[in-house]
Amino acid sequence: MTAVPLNPPRRLVEFTLDGEPARVPEGSTILDACDAAGKDVPTLCYGDTLTPKNACRVCVVEVEGSRTLAPACSRKAEPGMEVRTDTERARHSRKIVLELLASAADLSTTPRVAEWIKEYEAKPDRFGEDAATLNDGPKVDNDLYVRDLDKCILCYKCVDACGEQWQNTFAISVAGRGFDARISVEHDGPLTESACVYCGNCIEVCPTGALSFKSEFDMRQAGTWDEERQTETTTVCAYCGVGCNLTLHVQDNEIVKVTSPHDNPVTHGNLCIKGRFGYQHVSSGKAT
Amino acid sequence: MRQRDRGKPPSKQYTRLTHPLVRDEKGGPLRRATWEEALEKATAGFRRTRDEHGPDAFGMFSCARATNEMNYVAQKFTRVIMGTHNVDSCNRTCHAPSVAGLSAAFGSGGGTSSYEEIETTDLIVMWGSNARFAHPIFFQHVLRGIRNGARMYAVDPRRTSTAEWAESWLGLNVGTDIPLAHAIGREIIHAGLANHAFIERATTGFEEYRDEVEPWTLSVAEQVTGVPADAIRDLAHAYATAERAQLCWTLGITEHHNGTDNVRALINLSLLTGQVGRYGAGLQPLRGQNNVQGGGDMGAIPDRLPGFQNVLDPETREKFEAAWGTTLEPRHGRNLTKMFEAMESRELRAVYCIGENPAQSEADSGQAVERMQMLDHLVVQDIFLTKTAELADVVLPATAAWCETDGTTTNSERRVQRVRKAVDPPGEAREDIDIICDIAARLGHDWKYADSEAVWDELRSVSPQHHGMTYERLAEHQGIQWPCPSTDRLEPTYMHGRLWEKDPERRGKPAPFGIVKHDPPVDLTDEDYPLRLTTGRRLDSYNTGVQSGSFASPLRRGEYVELSPEDAEHYGVVTEEEVRVTSRRGSVVAPVWVDPMLRPGLAFMTMHFPDEVDTNQLTIEANCPIAGTAEFKASAIRIEKLPVAAAVRS
Repeated sequence: MTAVPLNPPRRLVEFTLDGEPARVPEGSTILDACDAAGKDVPTLCYGDTLTPKNACRVCVVEVEGSRTLAPACSRKAEPGMEVRTDTERARHSRKIVLELLASAADLSTTPRVAEWIKEYEAKPDRFGEDAATLNDGPKVDNDLYVRDLDKCILCYKCVDACGEQWQNTFAISVAGRGFDARISVEHDGPLTESACVYCGNCIEVCPTGALSFKSEFDMRQAGTWDEERQTETTTVCAYCGVGCNLTLHVQDNEIVKVTSPHDNPVTHGNLCIKGRFGYQHVSSGKAT
Repeated sequence: MRQRDRGKPPSKQYTRLTHPLVRDEKGGPLRRATWEEALEKATAGFRRTRDEHGPDAFGMFSCARATNEMNYVAQKFTRVIMGTHNVDSCNRTCHAPSVAGLSAAFGSGGGTSSYEEIETTDLIVMWGSNARFAHPIFFQHVLRGIRNGARMYAVDPRRTSTAEWAESWLGLNVGTDIPLAHAIGREIIHAGLANHAFIERATTGFEEYRDEVEPWTLSVAEQVTGVPADAIRDLAHAYATAERAQLCWTLGITEHHNGTDNVRALINLSLLTGQVGRYGAGLQPLRGQNNVQGGGDMGAIPDRLPGFQNVLDPETREKFEAAWGTTLEPRHGRNLTKMFEAMESRELRAVYCIGENPAQSEADSGQAVERMQMLDHLVVQDIFLTKTAELADVVLPATAAWCETDGTTTNSERRVQRVRKAVDPPGEAREDIDIICDIAARLGHDWKYADSEAVWDELRSVSPQHHGMTYERLAEHQGIQWPCPSTDRLEPTYMHGRLWEKDPERRGKPAPFGIVKHDPPVDLTDEDYPLRLTTGRRLDSYNTGVQSGSFASPLRRGEYVELSPEDAEHYGVVTEEEVRVTSRRGSVVAPVWVDPMLRPGLAFMTMHFPDEVDTNQLTIEANCPIAGTAEFKASAIRIEKLPVAAAVRS
């Protein structure tokens, strides 16, 4: 018989982080070590439920002896490594990345990006007003999702979440090459004619709001979306017996968004169409 | 012909109940009432029933959608205040056979494995389960398993989207699960792949089982099941030789007139090969409702007290009698099916129905409505005015358990998880427990529960398998799986590891093989009813659609009768054409959808849109004698073209 597979005890890796000794379990990334040490390294394409894609380069740090800067989100900590997160070179690189991304894409709904632009003194508008690569406007072709590719930074997280890393539906892919590359569904058609099953797991990982729930999109358009006034309560889905944990985002006693904790053993942050969108019966016909 | 827009919600939109309703006389209308009036009327009816017709004239339909705490209080109300064990819920219409089968074999009615185990197992069998649609997030664990190298086999009459991921699809004829399982068992025995060490140590009844399956050769099974002999042999060898295998099933196994026998036939395969009681090797029934597992665990079933403890055991009864200050009858109550029969014989006079919709969810729904109309007193507590609530004498507006109350629910892997209140209920709606306790007080029992945690702690004091699960620990661990007897320890993710113990004392009661025989579906196909209708779920919809109908799913296309291309051609019908679908019990009109994943002779419908097409007018109320689950999966139907040829959407 097979015994319960006990993971072997993880050895600790010791290295130097900004001149201080750091100690993390073997297999941890530099980013993990930074989080543990309370250092704030910006990330965009990194997703805690996904394999690092190394697409955006905003998390780069300097590793002693390495010719190029290393992405903290994917570079594993090694014994004796000397890592500096805040050197002139790393800061400059982050500044350029932020300037390029923020000039090419609309980052108005990207959490924390305004703060980083200020911190790194990035000046995205120095490339002129017509630096935006798309200017297509939001695509609203169904009642659940909105796709606003003007906000897309091509991090590929949605492709991975829809594809083999989680959902295995493969509705989302990258079309085109080079400057023409963009996130698309088959034949670049409307979502309703694609393989999409409306699980919302791509929206869950989108870092910029390029993919968003229609409920959130509509409220933002109307100027009523106010995260300050929202509460987040984690409960259990009311549909099948799998028992997915749902975090209900509630504003003015209405559920406005549903997510799932990324560290949950049942969902790993993923949901299906019923859990993600099937809440409206609760408020249907509610006296308003 | 009317256009069916994609994304169009079903015609019936339910709105929340915001105040109580009462009916002044049978046949009269429901009118708005105050809580005081409605509760008094509800209470008076229960009191009168108990006084005039005895405790067993009362029945409680508890709710597999509500919290464990509510189910605990509902069954306590039934047993302590009304004095009967007549309490059940819609687990009867889905997974009661799984509970009955598993507890007969292992003494415990839960799935034996956990989701995480399926990610590292070597072989996955999905039997009668379209988890890709019905349990999408469970299927993500299956997909991880497949990506980690597990082989997956799908056994299903339909080539479902689950089957698309399988190494091999065994498309058996509806209702031939036992012949297929027996043939697999026989092949394993004859190929010398049975795990005799495990069989001798941990099981009983092997010789009888061997004799029972002996006639089911691969060729006989091929004739009966329609599955090629090679495919059966392949699955038998794969299952027996896998280091670790997971056998998962859903309603394709249980919703038959012999559902419990089907479950036993699958369990036999795990006993034969030792594919149970180890990490990664086990049995996993996938439950259809958020708390169908918990409802049973809480004792909201007629034969078990909270903690799945046997009503017939004197010591158990004594413990509960002392805890509740009452006396308990040493016998089983009526299950849901028996309660419906007792309505007709007038032995059951009053029903308290909490959050269930049997007027649409029961097989042969026309008969279910007629029977409920014979009741003296029907109280329905729900969030919507369902078809069942429309029949009630008193309608009490409740909260939506999963987001308007605090408590816990228990999922398919036995994980008890916290449910938390996120929004306030509409209008005058009140919490289920609060309402039950109010009626209890009016009947002379002043129960004081400060909150759901107080109810849970009372349950913990009487249920050893839940004892270690304080609210604090449930939050800390993101849910805990039962059994959890201790407050400072967690048990393994899999159950029945005891069967592998060398010491007979620690091994405990061996697991008996189930000696079960093939029994074809009750509703036979013949010249008049030549097609086999089976039922199931779609990805974006749920049960009777009351809950899932409210969001605009781009995938939703309403109800269809799905036919194979061969049958569509035979009847000269095309997609979108409305046809009459008739069984021996009823008849509905539904548009056709041609699905190449169906085999000739097989038709498929759902029960998601009963207000458009009431599929359960067609289904048969032939029940599993052990668990009482109806044979939703096998009806005989015919298709008729409508007299005036309908135009086809171009």
